[in-house]
Amino acid sequence: MNLSFLTDLLRISLHAMVPITLTAVGEVVGETAGLFNIGLEGILLTSAFAGALGAEMGGPMVGLLVGMVVGATISFVFSVINTYWKGDQMITGIGINLFAMGFVAFGLIKLGSPGFHSVPVASQLAKLRTPIGSLSPMIFVAIVVPFIVYWVLKRTRVGLMLKAAGENPEAADVAGINVNRIRLLATTFGGVLAGLGGAYMSIAWFGSVTKSISAGRGFIALATVVFSGLNPLLALLGGFIFGFFQSLATWIKTLPSKPIPWQFVEMLPYIVTLLVVAGAIGRVRFPKALGQPYKRE
Amino acid sequence: MSRESVGNTSRPLDIARRTLTGLNPAIESLLAAIVGLLIGAILMWIWGYNPWKAYSAMFSGAYGDTYGWASSAARGVPLMLTALTFSICVRAGMFNIGAEGQVYVGAAAAVTVGYFTLPTGLHLIAGIVFAMLAGAAWSLGPAILKLTRGVHEVISTIMFNWIARFLVFYLVAFVLVDPVRAEKTISIPINARFPVLMRGTDLSWALFAAVAFAIIIYFVLWHTAIGYEVRAAGLNPTAARYGGIKSKRTMLLAFILGGLGAGLAGATVVMGNPPTYAIISGLPQLMNTGFDGMAVAMVGRNHPIGIIIASLFFGGLTAGGRTMQFTAGVPLEMVRVVEGVIVITMAIPELIRVFRMLRTSWNRLAGLWRRRSA
Repeated sequence: MNLSFLTDLLRISLHAMVPITLTAVGEVVGETAGLFNIGLEGILLTSAFAGALGAEMGGPMVGLLVGMVVGATISFVFSVINTYWKGDQMITGIGINLFAMGFVAFGLIKLGSPGFHSVPVASQLAKLRTPIGSLSPMIFVAIVVPFIVYWVLKRTRVGLMLKAAGENPEAADVAGINVNRIRLLATTFGGVLAGLGGAYMSIAWFGSVTKSISAGRGFIALATVVFSGLNPLLALLGGFIFGFFQSLATWIKTLPSKPIPWQFVEMLPYIVTLLVVAGAIGRVRFPKALGQPYKRE
Repeated sequence: MSRESVGNTSRPLDIARRTLTGLNPAIESLLAAIVGLLIGAILMWIWGYNPWKAYSAMFSGAYGDTYGWASSAARGVPLMLTALTFSICVRAGMFNIGAEGQVYVGAAAAVTVGYFTLPTGLHLIAGIVFAMLAGAAWSLGPAILKLTRGVHEVISTIMFNWIARFLVFYLVAFVLVDPVRAEKTISIPINARFPVLMRGTDLSWALFAAVAFAIIIYFVLWHTAIGYEVRAAGLNPTAARYGGIKSKRTMLLAFILGGLGAGLAGATVVMGNPPTYAIISGLPQLMNTGFDGMAVAMVGRNHPIGIIIASLFFGGLTAGGRTMQFTAGVPLEMVRVVEGVIVITMAIPELIRVFRMLRTSWNRLAGLWRRRSA
């Protein structure tokens, strides 16, 4: 075991952490306010695709912006259905995931490359040179955002309002908080972060789009939220842990000795997710009104 | 509640919703289907296709002739079963999206009948039993995690789907592989296949297996004590617990019944679809069977009889989608976009309330008219 192997692993883990952490931190905000968005997987997928298109038209920053706008739009639709229209959050989320699977596969065919589209290097987000190899600047975004969100949730009035909307919407309503509006804003913000994470995957990390680019990361992010107990800083840690196991899988696959068939290596992140969630539950308490539409009596 | 909904008339969206006509859940499903097709049409138009041409190709391909109907029914068979998997758990108050993985595992288990010989009928039954047991076994993982650790079934079933996917990739590539053709597994022997029902089509006796399963599920859920407990626990867990219903037992039962259905779905795909009768590397015939089933379940209103009808519609979308791809050049993936929109539309319960209100006012009108004519 030499040192370069460790820095490689660290570098890949940090890259793999970004989409999971961003998505999870966004979902922490949404769940604090009371909405449970299982459509995150679809948002990651759609924004990865749309972000790549945006980057090819106007450069990487435009790509990231397009990803955020797409994420916000889908989340906005999700939250309108589930606040004002009292929809079923699970079913809406399932619908979003189905839609995204079809839409991205359809779009990739329209680009003339069924299942795979590579983003030109010129449109990709440039990486920074550091002592441990080139790192995407998005890694620093993914590290800073959880701290900002933590501060907002714990120290500001907005954070308190979000918590009230998720914990006791009746009381929040009586106190003059517009429960539906704050839930809408919280979930849309979550969509912005998920969209950023999705666009990052295609234009800063892989440099390509596939029809399964999200590979369950939206659900792994949901698991991270469970692990974090709605604490953005723990979501950052959880994102890193899941990122680490993904990079471990990647690393084992590249070993020349092929100790384990690649199919079993690929299972690793999903098995770890199950174990972590199974271990985390019990000590975690979620908002009382999570997953339920708010109806005035 | 009704006063509150009457009080909200100022919002334009509410007024728009109120003007929608409809009388019952079937019409609501139909409405969702129309919304899905409309948004699909808009997307096709944006991407430069002719939606009218696409849909007319799709529907003539799906329901234009006997061959179309047979293909639609054949495509609908596995979807009917995975829809039941989802619905049984919804009735029990859970969101089991693990049918996808259970289908893979069930199909892999069905393929193993190729390694031995049995008399014709028994061989077929062996394949069905293997697949159903494998599907049920795969559903036990999320069930146990939920019951012992409280892991939310949405997260666990998705993780099990991914694990199943790679497990079956492995089995297809190394264990069940055809020694002559490495891109597929060994084929199901002829006497273990579902006999073809209509010559020249994909429709096989698997249709009857699926319908029989749907009817059994209907009977269990609506005409047995344990089925009543499952539904009661799903409707109101707290009340059910006070009534002495053991919710852990009903949840476990729902997961197992669902797993049996998804496993059977896997069997119908490999044992009932000419010409390969094997799993092809990359699992193209199995992919998304579980996810599409959820749309079928929603449109079928989570009721076995509704699901049988809805599976014919979604089977038609897939079968007709192939005609659409061939004639109008619209990729088959558009079908899943439409499905997604249909599911999202089905998530809005406000529609139900609006329909109920309209029905009462209709009844009132009808009553008035009757009184006047009397």
